[in-house]
Amino acid sequence: MGKYVVRRLLQMMLVLFGASIILFLCLFVVPGDPIATSQGEGRQLDASTRAALERRYNLDKPLPQQYAGYVARLAQGDLGESYVYRRSVNTILKEKLGNTAKLALAAIVLMMALGIVAGVVAAVFRYSFLDVLVTLSTTVAIGVPTFVIGLALQNVFAINLGWLPLQGQSAGNRSIILPALALSAVDTALVSRLMRGTMSEVMRADYIRTAYAKGLSKRVVIFKHALRNSIIPVLTYLGIAFGGLLGGALITETVFNWNGIGLALVGAIQSQDNPIVLGVVTYGVLVFVLVNLVVDVAYAFLDPRIRLE
Amino acid sequence: MTDQAAPTAPPAGEVTLEAGASGFGGAETQAAAVGGITRQTQFGNVRRRFLRNKLALLGLVMIGIVFLTALLAPIIATHPPRAQDLTITLQGPSAEHWLGTDELGRDQFSRIVYGTRIAVSVGLASIFLALVIGVVLGSVAGYLGRGWDTLIMRVADVFFAFPLIIGAVVIILVVGRGVTPVIIALGLFSWATIARLLRSSILSIRESEYVEAARSLGAGKWRIVTRHVLPNSMAPVLVYAMVSVATAIVAQASLSYLGVGVPPDVPDWGNMISSGQKFFGFKDYLWFFPSMAVVFTVLGFIFVGDGLRDALDPRLR
Repeated sequence: MGKYVVRRLLQMMLVLFGASIILFLCLFVVPGDPIATSQGEGRQLDASTRAALERRYNLDKPLPQQYAGYVARLAQGDLGESYVYRRSVNTILKEKLGNTAKLALAAIVLMMALGIVAGVVAAVFRYSFLDVLVTLSTTVAIGVPTFVIGLALQNVFAINLGWLPLQGQSAGNRSIILPALALSAVDTALVSRLMRGTMSEVMRADYIRTAYAKGLSKRVVIFKHALRNSIIPVLTYLGIAFGGLLGGALITETVFNWNGIGLALVGAIQSQDNPIVLGVVTYGVLVFVLVNLVVDVAYAFLDPRIRLE
Repeated sequence: MTDQAAPTAPPAGEVTLEAGASGFGGAETQAAAVGGITRQTQFGNVRRRFLRNKLALLGLVMIGIVFLTALLAPIIATHPPRAQDLTITLQGPSAEHWLGTDELGRDQFSRIVYGTRIAVSVGLASIFLALVIGVVLGSVAGYLGRGWDTLIMRVADVFFAFPLIIGAVVIILVVGRGVTPVIIALGLFSWATIARLLRSSILSIRESEYVEAARSLGAGKWRIVTRHVLPNSMAPVLVYAMVSVATAIVAQASLSYLGVGVPPDVPDWGNMISSGQKFFGFKDYLWFFPSMAVVFTVLGFIFVGDGLRDALDPRLR
């Protein structure tokens, strides 16, 4: 087990190293002139200011040295300084990170709760009206882009019914409901499909027939035997879903004007504030890789065949 | 699946596929050719199962409508998509402007019709790019193995670590906005899964008896890969690619919506939704109709992809 974890950790370091090279090339080598762009259009910089700014952002050194400095700072968790705000990216993102985490957490809770319940109901009452309803609505939900779901929710619940706030975070806990629903919609549909699939397979297994045969009630069979054995693929899916959640957060936060790192990223792209872009994308990749590592290790812990492979 | 193998020599492609699917398939075909029994091929089976699936057929019809709209856009559109008329801005649906006009007096219906071209071309081109990269790297990794396998799969891990939209945003930040940058960005962050799928599928097929048989008959590496291994391991890849087209179309619209996709003057669904949102709550037709166009197209590809998956492997149902 220890050996497997070490191997996966090394693999993760390799992925992070590769990702850091891609990001460095994209954000600091290729772009024409971030200093000029970030100063706003049409503003001329005199040579000495420009030189001072280049020195300040380490843009005057040779590339390998720039990369070394960038990795060294990154390893210490220092994301550098924003071109636009002239403040540390860490401070700028700190508060926004909490908002995004809150939104992501609410979405995960929703997708697990709604997805599992809908999937179990569909599997237990297979081919019933409820099953058809679940299958139909999940099929459609998968095809609707996050921002369209967001706009539709806003239109119905904020504008027409007036139950929930249109956007922003001023209404406390009530303001998180719509963005979380929008963000989790596609994954809820996928989880319930996955749950329905594995659960209906498990329901046909021999040990379920045995459980029924020895006289257990339907409820005990479903909750103690079937559910437990069908939940592992759903947990694995959680790891994959994380990547989608991070991309989805970008869109959901834009739709709902939610002050998270996704909104910060969109703003930073428009002003070419590369250190902020770097910070947000690094967080995204890091969290995604870490979550997948945790899922893989948990999986190996549950299933010895994987770690021995 | 068969489409990949078939175009040059359909009968040979079918026989190869069949040999892969079941041990007795080849013999059966021979018997059919000799004895006049109903000929049963893998392709025929897949096609029959696919055509029996109503949702898949519906998807096929939907995709057909989308393709026709894209091809015949100049004929279907009632107005030039970029023609502005500031005397008729923000009008609701009418006989003259079926889906209303936007804030510059442009005809919504015609813009949606032309938007089909962007959606379809970006969706198909980016996944084609991903398929080319993914199939080449995946088969090299799966068939040559060893160092190649490790190298390619670690690179795939890196690309896999970027969520699609976020990776695409970074690329577009570098290359700039436009149709080609969006295609490249989406293709670049979609190939990793294709390569992984193909590699694992090849790994299991490489050890199968019929590949061993081909090798013992003296077939070269190239022939084995192109005639025996690839056609038989492409099924999961093509199903994934079909669904990926849907994902790419969603991603393309999302990028435009975020303001980092195709340039704002291009008639594109994401752009239309994004600019229509300014009149949210009182001119809702502005974002609603382009949204429905995205949903219609995406569902078409998903239905066909799901149908293809079920037809290729009925056990999955």
